[in-house]
Amino acid sequence: MTAALFQLLRRDLGLLLFGSRRGGTMLPLLFFLAVAMLFPFAVGPDPKLLARTGGGVIWVAALLAAILPLDRLIEPDIELGFFDQWALRGIAEEWIVAIRVLAHWLSFGPPLMLAALPAAALLGLDSQTLSMVELGLLAGTPGLAALGIIVAAVTAGLRGGAALAGLLVIPLAVPLLVFGAGSLATGGTSGTALTAAVSLVLLAMAPFAAGAAIKAARG
Amino acid sequence: MQECSLTATDLACRRGGRVLFHGLSLRLQSGEALQITGANGIGKSSLIRILAGLLPPFAGSLDVAGTIGLIDERPALDPQQPLGKALAFWQRLDGLADNSTERLGLANLLDVPVRYLSTGQKKRAALARLIGQGAGVWLLDEPLNGLDRDAVKLVETLASEHCRAGGICLIASHQPFAVPGMGQIALADYTP
Repeated sequence: MTAALFQLLRRDLGLLLFGSRRGGTMLPLLFFLAVAMLFPFAVGPDPKLLARTGGGVIWVAALLAAILPLDRLIEPDIELGFFDQWALRGIAEEWIVAIRVLAHWLSFGPPLMLAALPAAALLGLDSQTLSMVELGLLAGTPGLAALGIIVAAVTAGLRGGAALAGLLVIPLAVPLLVFGAGSLATGGTSGTALTAAVSLVLLAMAPFAAGAAIKAARG
Repeated sequence: MQECSLTATDLACRRGGRVLFHGLSLRLQSGEALQITGANGIGKSSLIRILAGLLPPFAGSLDVAGTIGLIDERPALDPQQPLGKALAFWQRLDGLADNSTERLGLANLLDVPVRYLSTGQKKRAALARLIGQGAGVWLLDEPLNGLDRDAVKLVETLASEHCRAGGICLIASHQPFAVPGMGQIALADYTP
């Protein structure tokens, strides 16, 4: 079983990481930087305003970037028959989803945290805010990854699934955003801790919720 | 190969609000083959999915001993990957050394991405995946679609060999399929 899960992780990473077929990491990352870059154009170059709102902008950009790959996370594998073949081999959907959450997070969490550095420079964030943002992203992106997989599984096979997935993720991501971006205004680590708590709940739910959705879609 | 058997009792299938077939019972032991025949849309694929345990039957019960290998219209191979790598994923997962690619005429296609393969070539690739799985019960849903005459012969040979080795072959196809000693069920006899 462990060996099979390792093979799944290996395949998932091959599919989701840099330069691979499902859009890879680059597109959401470039999108994230583009949003962060556009913001100063939209609100004007006032450094004080940018420094005050910049952390929140990074959070919103991260959320939008997390929506981009949703339609490629679960649906192609259902359509290609992978999930059926795994089911015949006795590999539970819950395990497959757990592995995929990990692979999805690895392909977008750490790269996003790296991209937040140039984004912070563009927005003129001070180092203290930047470290809060980075810490918050570390706590929040696993939750975003889990949420993304759940919604991708629920909307797999639906007409207009991609648009619906985006629409579903945004309200469900509100707690992450409130605590993550909110901690920037209040300071201290309590906001980050709450972000991490929300992430943990989502991570614990993801395998079962998404696994149930995939099984239901089969019938 | 381990002893395998497949027993279905009084199966019924309902799709989209109408019953496709009911009262279907079948029993297969190691070494036996069975073809399910019937027109398009009569429920052959649904029956295969029920037997594979991927679709709950509307009524009836199912008892399968042995591992199940399935071929349907989806090859379960990554379209962007070269065929060799796509098959290697399943080989590593199934843990069997597989050298059927030569026999299936895939040896010189191994570095071609799967999406460039023709329908027949994809079907051959799916057969390679099936053989590599080493499953006892083969469920083949329209295995001959897109295959040329030589490949049809080859699939028939593979199925006979599998049965001789103690496996079970269940083929759903509207095309003639020749395996020595194979039984036949016309699904039309079970429609309401």
